[in-house]
Amino acid sequence: MTNRTFVLACLTPLFIFSIAFLALPLVRLFLASGESAAGWTIYLDILRKPRYLNTLILTVLVSLATTFAALAVSTTAGMFLSRNRFRGRGILLSIMTLPLAFPGVVIGFLIILLGGRQGLVNQITPGHVVFAYSVIGLFLGYLYFSIPRVLLTVMAAAEKLDPALEEAARTLGASPYRVVVDVILPGLMPSLIAAGAIAFATAMGAFGTAFTLATNIDVIPMVIYTEFTLSANIAMASALSIVLGIVTWALLLIARSLSGTTVAAGG
Amino acid sequence: MFKSKTKLLQLTVTLTACAFLLVPMILSVLAGVTANYFQGISSGFTLKWVFRVWELYADSIFLSMWLAFSCLVVTLIIGLPAAYGLARNPGWFSRILEEFISLPLAVPGLALALALLQLYGSMKGFRASWTFILVGHVLYTLPFMVRSILAVLAAMDLKTLEEGAASLGASPWQRFRDIVVPNAMPGILAGSLTVVTLSIGEFNLTWMLHTPYLKTLPVGLADSYASMRLEVASAYTLVFFVLIVPLLMAMQWASARAQRIVS
Amino acid sequence: MTLRLTNTAKTFPDGTRALLSTDLTVDKGEIVSLLGPSGCGKTTLLRIIAGLETPDPGSDIWFDDDNVTALPVERRKVGMVFQSYALFPNMSVRANIGYGLKMQKLPKDKIDARLNEVMDMCQLQEYSARAITALSGGQRQRVALARAIAPRPRLLLLDEPLSALDAALREALRDELAILLREFQITAIFVTHDQDEAMAIADRVAVMSGGRVAQSGTPEELYRNPKSTFVAGFVGNAMHLDGKIKGKTLTLNGGKLRLSTDGSDQNIYVRAEDVQIDAKGPLTGQVETVTFLGSHYRVGIKGIMPSVLTSIYSGYNAPKVGETVKVMIEPNALILLPNQASGA
Repeated sequence: MTNRTFVLACLTPLFIFSIAFLALPLVRLFLASGESAAGWTIYLDILRKPRYLNTLILTVLVSLATTFAALAVSTTAGMFLSRNRFRGRGILLSIMTLPLAFPGVVIGFLIILLGGRQGLVNQITPGHVVFAYSVIGLFLGYLYFSIPRVLLTVMAAAEKLDPALEEAARTLGASPYRVVVDVILPGLMPSLIAAGAIAFATAMGAFGTAFTLATNIDVIPMVIYTEFTLSANIAMASALSIVLGIVTWALLLIARSLSGTTVAAGG
Repeated sequence: MFKSKTKLLQLTVTLTACAFLLVPMILSVLAGVTANYFQGISSGFTLKWVFRVWELYADSIFLSMWLAFSCLVVTLIIGLPAAYGLARNPGWFSRILEEFISLPLAVPGLALALALLQLYGSMKGFRASWTFILVGHVLYTLPFMVRSILAVLAAMDLKTLEEGAASLGASPWQRFRDIVVPNAMPGILAGSLTVVTLSIGEFNLTWMLHTPYLKTLPVGLADSYASMRLEVASAYTLVFFVLIVPLLMAMQWASARAQRIVS
Repeated sequence: MTLRLTNTAKTFPDGTRALLSTDLTVDKGEIVSLLGPSGCGKTTLLRIIAGLETPDPGSDIWFDDDNVTALPVERRKVGMVFQSYALFPNMSVRANIGYGLKMQKLPKDKIDARLNEVMDMCQLQEYSARAITALSGGQRQRVALARAIAPRPRLLLLDEPLSALDAALREALRDELAILLREFQITAIFVTHDQDEAMAIADRVAVMSGGRVAQSGTPEELYRNPKSTFVAGFVGNAMHLDGKIKGKTLTLNGGKLRLSTDGSDQNIYVRAEDVQIDAKGPLTGQVETVTFLGSHYRVGIKGIMPSVLTSIYSGYNAPKVGETVKVMIEPNALILLPNQASGA
């Protein structure tokens, strides 16, 4: 067997698997989206019918809020943790990366423990404060999901940032504030955009968290789920899946071209 | 002056974020071992909820472990040669193939599950068996395995090492066994731990693909959150933590180790 | 073993013609160096001999009476020392050296005997169990060499074997390598861009340029009797004396030189060691630079020809910068090459 045949033989199982269980199912999904009475105009319906349009707008808004909140929190914490060495730093870092392995459902449950009827906030504050099943709960769930991912991306970038750049700016008389604005943020920018794209894409597609919290909130993954299981509107579920898939894929493609990394672990 | 104030602000944000992430975890652990969470901790600690979880959901825990193991075997069988093939055959074909198999990282599991269901849902024997869930898990974890190994292979001068072995008389298979696999070990280890961790925690695909007789751990969790009392749900979550946290730490350790080789 | 290449060429898929049709014979036990600047095709030629590149159709490679052109590298029984050494990081020194023997499926006692012999020869016994990463550059080079010769290859190929080392070590190992190669009594071909290395190690040097062998011969032949301006320039850095030639006289800006033969249509070259600063010399110039190099001075003189003429001065009292000096060049030190030989 020549070298080339051997290398191609090595790729064969992957090729067969991805054709059988990825390519063909996706083609089927796409074809299914056009099989309703509406035909291919179903994609226009997403924008024309208020139910779907409102869902789309709400999902984008919650995802945007999650993205900016996660960026703000994780950049601050990430810069702090990568630039300072102190006792307990390792523990803080572990706490902040632990949720990487939690599936969305578990995070949803954790938010219920925080803001549900038997939740901590309701117990320690006077009056009836339950936010777990509202948009705020969903936002907090997504934020919980995104903080560790953004943090790791930011810290990886901060460690690659040449400290000599900061020192050079200092020797040229820049104040700490100017150093942040002129050197650190521009240096981190590609990673911040990448991390933002990751946060946005995961929030758009998060099913587990929404499944536990958003029983009464229409976000895209929940609508796909109910269209498919309850309404048996398979064409619409397929169409929404394809739109969602394309959006998240494109965003993560941008993220990867900017930072060259994909943060592992999701669910 | 400014500097110390900034640091204080940064520290506050960091600690708040930590509290936000940690407090619910603690609540969950506490609720899982409290006799009656509604009355509070004063009602006393107990392991009865954990035993109750074991009675109710032991099957789901074993199924998840079995799935994770099978998923690891399959991703190794497909992913290890594939990573080598991609590393040795750079070009448009490999780039497209790698990009394509990475789709499940980006496309929500819900969409992939719908796609699988529509194509294979009518094949009853397959649809109802655990291998159907396995396909979903392999689909989702395979890119992690391939990339983890590929990163390590790409960081060494694989081509020259193999030429060295070939000049000493090693056939393609002998080179793969003696040179490629041993040197890719850090990537294989990191990839394997990632696959197992992700498989045990996978919910999005599994929820759509599972049948009432085949519930995995996260599916059982969702079930308990919807229908069980808070203490049982918490105890179940506690069991999940005990399983997943050591895996996550091992995975992070292995990934950092592989990363050091890469850079 | 005798190596014979006929009509061997290599065109890469992108159309680059890395090697033009080449014929080359290397006799049994001969050590040949392929010398040339980067991109001249020397590494391509070596890799074709090894079987790591497939030559263009019509090429033929003979190991004695075997035509090995279609044989893959793992079946050619060649030993190769790679530029980066390509030592297997997952194996100890001993396992690296023994790998080729293991591939031959030799019995264990034979492998051990052969391993001990080779490791003694290369003075590697004490590093036997070490990891590759725990070795210095020079030790790695010896391991690579030991690994290549352990299976008793028919032919030893070395691709820039010293270039990964720093300058001081390189010189010491150069002589060591020359001795070892002769001890092995093996046919060997090694690629280098360093003419000192080629001359120190090889019995015969093939100077390559632009994908072909420009000239091949003993180091002395190449140095004293280059056949082209490229070889003259590359081996020994000959300088072109840029002036007007009429019969047996060369007229430069700084004076006239007598030639031993008619120089019409010829280019005239000289080496720095043949440019003598001498009060009785016919050429006059001005010292521009003086560089002390320990055993000698390197003196740059302007005004003799449009570019600077370099002279090696080995006396104690080197001329000062700005001084006017007289320069002499013996007629038999001049290298005359026909005009059209300016190519490779």
